[in-house]
Amino acid sequence: MIQLENVNHTYANGTQALRGISLEIGAEAFTVLIGPSGAGKSTLMRILNGLVRPTTGKVTIDKLEISRAKNVQVLAARRKIGMVFQQFNLVKRLTALENVLIGRLAFMPTWRSTIRMYTLEDRQLAFAALERVGMADYAWQRADTLSGGQQQRVGIARALAQQPKLILADEPISALDPKASEQVMGLLRQIQSEDGIAVIANLHHLDAVREYAERVVALQRGSVVFDGHPNALTEAVTRALYYDEQKATQPTPDLSTTPLLVNA
Amino acid sequence: MTKQLQAPPKVLMQRNYTRLIWLGMAALLFWATFGTELSIPKFIAGVGESYKLLFGTAERPDSGFFPPDFTRGLTFVDQMLLTVKMAIWGTVLAAIAALPISILAAANTAPNKVVYQIARRILDVLRGLNEFVLALIFVAAVGLGPFPGILALAVHTTGVLAKLYAEAIEVVDTGQIEAVQASGANPIQVFTHAIFPQIVPTVVSMSLYRFESNVRAASVLGLVGAGGIGLFVTETMRSFNFREASAVLIVILVAVFLVDFISAQIRAKLT
Ligand SMILES: Nc1ncnc2c1ncn2[C@@H]1O[C@H](COP(=O)(O)OP(=O)(O)OP(=O)(O)O)[C@@H](O)[C@H]1O
Ligand SMILES: [Mg+2]
Repeated sequence: MIQLENVNHTYANGTQALRGISLEIGAEAFTVLIGPSGAGKSTLMRILNGLVRPTTGKVTIDKLEISRAKNVQVLAARRKIGMVFQQFNLVKRLTALENVLIGRLAFMPTWRSTIRMYTLEDRQLAFAALERVGMADYAWQRADTLSGGQQQRVGIARALAQQPKLILADEPISALDPKASEQVMGLLRQIQSEDGIAVIANLHHLDAVREYAERVVALQRGSVVFDGHPNALTEAVTRALYYDEQKATQPTPDLSTTPLLVNA
Repeated sequence: MTKQLQAPPKVLMQRNYTRLIWLGMAALLFWATFGTELSIPKFIAGVGESYKLLFGTAERPDSGFFPPDFTRGLTFVDQMLLTVKMAIWGTVLAAIAALPISILAAANTAPNKVVYQIARRILDVLRGLNEFVLALIFVAAVGLGPFPGILALAVHTTGVLAKLYAEAIEVVDTGQIEAVQASGANPIQVFTHAIFPQIVPTVVSMSLYRFESNVRAASVLGLVGAGGIGLFVTETMRSFNFREASAVLIVILVAVFLVDFISAQIRAKLT
């Protein structure tokens, strides 16, 4: 359902974030994106939901070419894509339930959302999403009074309220403790396997990758360098992914022994 | 070692710079004395005269501000209430008008730089025109009474509030905006559900704060015929009814204290 064909992205300041990415991702496997900092993982996610338009290449989601769609079409396409963030990004001064209702905004007329007159169906749907993530008891609590793990579950409920076909989770557990991380990853896996919603998560903990991923896509300096089952993700592969890159791109010459002219 | 001793000049230059500013300020103060007739003997004589004016003299038994004459007290209270009503409407109209303007006057929500600049300059003008001057204009335009007073307060306050709201919009958390955008919400919904909730504390506290100062401003607008208690300030002073004037001033002071107190309570509760 998601297709990327030779996608390149260069930011306005000249940073080449993605180079020649071609991928096909469906709902049948829990897909995890890995790669060192700056590899382009977040950029790829932003491109998938149209927050960023790729410089060149073709991105198709559910037959819509989002990389070239009109703004209105992009807004409509985003309804099918839920997003979960590292910092949760809940609207702090709204309640948990109101935050989940944000997932319904794109389905209601603007005047209705402006006066916050949500339909009963929307409210029921939002409440059911909170129940699904085990947060129904906190529906009327302000988001900024919840713990990190609770906020992230509300974030997942917000994505679920969109009744999406795809959930993008950009480092969903990087700000959480081990127990909350397990809950959040467990929920995402359950959503993928039971609801047939494709999930693409971007993770830094290799233990979590091995536990939850069914497919691993590794990015390095904007290119796909590994695509396969986590079992194939050997020590040698990860070492090359995270450490050899640093050696290759960021030489740190020892100034006390190196003659000054060498790097000039 | 010698290198470290050579380092300080930078610091010394900074001190010379601040000294220059102090010198400039002293020069400014000197310049400001010309034509303003500042005079210590006059001041001392004036204190004596003010004492006579305030507490009266033996030759004229009814002179002075004390005791205050409250025979028309009910009228004064009634006019003070009218003044508060003017401040309420002036502030509410401004708060409503300021919201959409603030979106255009915030760098992160303005559609483009041109709109942003135009909005900011308009706000500068609105803020630059004092309520009193605006009241004179509106009295000429719509006639005497409280209505031109309300308009004057509303226009000036719009300039003040829209700038404050815009500054609050400029520092909102972008993560919350991105999350609402990612759900497919349109720009208006992004404002109502990601930006507005974040600026509510500013909107509430600044609007109430401006209401307090509008009560004070409104109590002098009557001087130019724009309604309210101000009319009685001029009337009593011009006819040398100082004891009545002191009653009017007491009514104003009590009202201002009450409004400040109540408004501060609401602000503390709501934010
Ligand atoms: N808005 C932007 N403008 C310019 N450059 C950007 C922007 N966003 C990201 N970049 C650059 O693009 C490259 C890829 O960034 P991206 O955020 O996609 O990496 P990432 O793989 O998500 O890294 P991390 O693991 O640290 O989150 C980086 O070099 C980054 O500095
Ligand atoms: Mg990232």
